[in-house]
Amino acid sequence: MSDKPKLAMYWASSCGGCEIATLNIHEHILDVDAVFDIAFFPCIADFKIKDVQGYPDGYIDVCLFNGAIRTSENEEMAHLLRQKSKVLVAFGSCAYEGCIPALSNLTTREATLNTVYLDNPTIDNPNRIFPQPVTEVPEGTLFLPVFYHTVKSLDQVVKVDYTIPGCPPEPHQIWAVLQAVVTALTQGVPLPPSGVVGASNVAVCEECPRQRNVKKIKRFYRPYEVVPDPDICLLEQGLMCLGIATRGGCGALCPQVGMGCRGCYGAVPGVEDQGAKMVTAIASVMDVGKPGELDEVKLEQEIEAIFDTIPDPAGTFYRFSMAHSILRRTRVNGYDRG
Amino acid sequence: MSEERVGVYVCHCGSNIASVVNVEDVAVWAKEELADQGVVVARDYKFMCSSLGQELIQDDIKEHGLTRVVVAACSPHLHEKTFRTACNRAGLNPFLCEMVSVREQVSWVHTDKELATNKAKAMIAGGVERVVHHQPLEPLHVPINPATLVVGGGIAGIQAALEIADSGFPVYLVEREPTIGGHMAQFDKTFPTLDCAACILTPKMVDAGAHPNITLLTWSEVERVDGFVGNFTVTVRKKARYVREDVCTGCGICIEKCPVKVLDQNFEAGLGYRKAVYRPFPQAVPKYPVIDTENCTYFKRGKCKACQIFCPTQPNSIDFEQKDQFIQIQVGNIILATGYDLFDPRRIPQYGYGRLANVFTSLEFERLCNAAGPTNGDIVLRDGVTKPKSVGIIHCVGSRDRRYNNYCSGICCMQSLKFAHLVKERTGADVYNFYIDMRTAYKDYDEFYQKVLEEGVHFVRGRVAEVTDAARKPGEEGKLIIQVEDTFIGKQRRIPVDMVILSAALQPRADANEVAQKFGIACSTKGWFIEKHPKLDPVATMTEGIYVAGCAQGPKDIPSTVAQGAAAAARVLGRIQMQELALEPIRASVIEEKCSGCRICNDMCPFNAIIFHEDRMVTEINPALCQGCGTCVAACPSNAITGTQFSTEQIMAQIEGLLMFNVEGELIREMAYA
Ligand SMILES: Cc1cc2nc3c(=O)[nH]c(=O)nc-3n(C[C@H](O)[C@H](O)[C@H](O)COP(=O)(O)OP(=O)(O)OC[C@H]3O[C@@H](n4cnc5c(N)ncnc54)[C@H](O)[C@@H]3O)c2cc1C
Ligand code: SF4
Ligand code: SF4
Ligand code: SF4
Ligand code: SF4
Repeated sequence: MSDKPKLAMYWASSCGGCEIATLNIHEHILDVDAVFDIAFFPCIADFKIKDVQGYPDGYIDVCLFNGAIRTSENEEMAHLLRQKSKVLVAFGSCAYEGCIPALSNLTTREATLNTVYLDNPTIDNPNRIFPQPVTEVPEGTLFLPVFYHTVKSLDQVVKVDYTIPGCPPEPHQIWAVLQAVVTALTQGVPLPPSGVVGASNVAVCEECPRQRNVKKIKRFYRPYEVVPDPDICLLEQGLMCLGIATRGGCGALCPQVGMGCRGCYGAVPGVEDQGAKMVTAIASVMDVGKPGELDEVKLEQEIEAIFDTIPDPAGTFYRFSMAHSILRRTRVNGYDRG
Repeated sequence: MSEERVGVYVCHCGSNIASVVNVEDVAVWAKEELADQGVVVARDYKFMCSSLGQELIQDDIKEHGLTRVVVAACSPHLHEKTFRTACNRAGLNPFLCEMVSVREQVSWVHTDKELATNKAKAMIAGGVERVVHHQPLEPLHVPINPATLVVGGGIAGIQAALEIADSGFPVYLVEREPTIGGHMAQFDKTFPTLDCAACILTPKMVDAGAHPNITLLTWSEVERVDGFVGNFTVTVRKKARYVREDVCTGCGICIEKCPVKVLDQNFEAGLGYRKAVYRPFPQAVPKYPVIDTENCTYFKRGKCKACQIFCPTQPNSIDFEQKDQFIQIQVGNIILATGYDLFDPRRIPQYGYGRLANVFTSLEFERLCNAAGPTNGDIVLRDGVTKPKSVGIIHCVGSRDRRYNNYCSGICCMQSLKFAHLVKERTGADVYNFYIDMRTAYKDYDEFYQKVLEEGVHFVRGRVAEVTDAARKPGEEGKLIIQVEDTFIGKQRRIPVDMVILSAALQPRADANEVAQKFGIACSTKGWFIEKHPKLDPVATMTEGIYVAGCAQGPKDIPSTVAQGAAAAARVLGRIQMQELALEPIRASVIEEKCSGCRICNDMCPFNAIIFHEDRMVTEINPALCQGCGTCVAACPSNAITGTQFSTEQIMAQIEGLLMFNVEGELIREMAYA
């Protein structure tokens, strides 16, 4: 191989959208190829784990690691790539804070496996066969990664240098980060301080062109129930929008096209728990009349009624951040870790 | 390892704390175990708040170079100021002192000494972790505008306005009716001395009307309040009177000539008539009449103008083109004296008000026995001629009744006794008072009760079940029968009378909530304005610069109302004299770079301190208005609002300190982090 800087990209528990977003930087991919040697990128080129194991420590200059940690294999790869990389980037929401896979922290491993291998209407599994870590067959012993009870983010397993948020990160942001790395590597400019890169430090609302007023929310609607006014803040119209509590950088893509922000860039800097912030903010603007207007019982009913119009609050407010949240996971039948 | 030098002081509070918490042990422990957190001295002392206790802190600050102080004693409510001042005396910024409430939150609520001691330790650990993050703060200084706004021209507002004006400072007195005077102007006599209400009230009204320092704005309402203590800008809507105040002489010819008679539901409580151009009563202040456009023929049909035609002034005082005017005034303080509404007894249908002609409300009766009232003071039935031979007075109508108002209206017993006396005196009728408990506290009140007892008034103890005109027995025909359980004899009684008077409850004004919101003060679920402290600060409110007086704060009699009016004035005068105001620097502020302009917080502030800048799309908090309540801090989803002394760092540090040890007092900090 040449002496160009080495780039790796690996997927752990994820959907593959991050790879697509990376390739979606269009012709810039040629620049990437010009600057970097690809050291490991299973999605686009054939590499084996033993290739990586063969590299000296710190051989890879930049590793973009996407996907959450849900199996023993994910965890082993995280350790391996940490060891072999100078700069490890938690790439995308799953690696950053658990994302959709971590929503299964709201239930148990057993329930998740049951859904996938047994209870789904399209499944026919009369012998109740489940994947096993160890299986003996006449030809010898077969191993499968262990499926963990709790999904974790990358930084809960290894030290992470940078984080690029997003589900997936926006191509222009990816390119901006890669460019920064390239300049650092080719011109000796110092790297930016570790932390979140490729995003803004202010909430999505700042980038959102919709007109905002003082908010008073009487009830929430699902997107199919109403045609939103094209110019006014969606939240004000009762459409759930997490833009208020989500780090910007995407350019408020979703709200611009009439779809409330789902929250994929995670919490705003300085906020510990995106979902909790969302709940307090929503609670603050629910329209339950003036103070003292309703007695306590009625007030509670009114509040409940408004909250009832939000389907799946945990999934809505923690869609991307469950692993990183203060909640982390539910306690089911005494389980709370592992 | 903290760089701060923290002193910890554990108070015995006599035996209040020491009898449950092992204070000596706590102090020794704090010095040893919290050394890493910066604790360099820890002491326990019998009474930290005593001058000796305070000196202990002061000396340590000097000798040990303390940079932070934690006092574990009673609640900050009680002594935070004391210890802050002590720190200040020793040259330490007062806000670098933190109190931990080991009395209210530990010794008073726990009995197990060991657990209580451990809890005290945990709380002190929290306090120490927190105090390290404290910032030195300086009070905010704002100048005070010497003018005052008084809202409501009842006896409370008049009293307050006069006190301030007499001291040489300008007052704006805003009254929504055409005249000042309030409820008291409707009364005939006042208990317990039975002086004539008009004789004692009208001189005050005249004084207020003529006072060079009082600007009277009657037939006016406050539209908007902006600004903050010392610097309020108030927008007042001066409703069109259609009578020019600059030329009208108050001769009253227009009233005489107006052909339209209107039933006066307001001042005459529906018993008398007024004209379409009117003054509620002859001694009204100001003397200028008002045209009631709903009933005026000219406004209804475009013809008439009798008032204008006969008005003798040059130029003519009647101006049909007048429009509502909006006036902006600048004031430093505001007194709210908006009074009360009378409970509507129609809500208790079994008492028959509105259905049975000879059932009267208390206010109707006041007009009935008033020499200047519709009957010239003759106490007669609804027909206007028949004198009643027997009268029943029912106490607590709408008061002390879970269905309506739980509270006691305070004045109804005395007012009912006054009525009993007046009926007896003027008609010689048999009088029955139906009461639940007789409440005649305060000076000369019970003596008045005894006097009325001696006058031969009958007292029946029991809540009246019903007033009916359905006769069941001979002697009941044509009468109103009062059905009651006489709880003294344990029997149901039916007492036939000619006239029934309902002593209706005093209620908050129907618009009390809106008014409270407009002025940024709190009101109870019922609607009484909430004072800053029910005992120790009864006329101030939680909003700096806004005071309450009279029945707006809760039901009360005239003496208490006047006392409150004067008290509020005294508070305001104290403020004006200071010329400048130092405000607690516990305030919220927006970190502009973090604000996304989402506007979640914009409607949150109970004190209207939040402003949104449309041009820059960011929110700002007016520090002089903010009271540091924290509502907006919690609401902001961007953590863009921080509260001084309550920053996320400070709160998290305190929680971490609290969780540093388990109930057995073992260090579990590592576990808390794991
Ligand atoms: C039937 C009856 C008899 C009573 N007899 C006695 C007695 O004999 N002796 C005694 O001590 N007490 C008596 N009281 C109690 C007495 O009425 C009160 O203590 C006293 O009137 C309270 O005065 P106030 O100024 O607080 O309120 P109010 O008299 O109600 O005056 C409030 C004023 O504020 C004005 N106002 C209200 N809202 C606004 C607004 N938003 N903007 C501008 N102006 C506004 C009103 O128009 C009114 O003029 C009696 C009460 C009743 C009901
Ligand atoms: S639509 Fe969403 S992102 Fe846009 S202003 Fe409203 S809350 Fe913010
Ligand atoms: S608007 Fe929200 S959900 Fe949509 S891309 Fe941006 S951060 Fe993600
Ligand atoms: S903390 Fe916020 S809500 Fe509370 S008084 Fe201050 S600005 Fe208003
Ligand atoms: S809630 Fe926070 S981010 Fe939103 S407008 Fe208010 S200060 Fe700004």
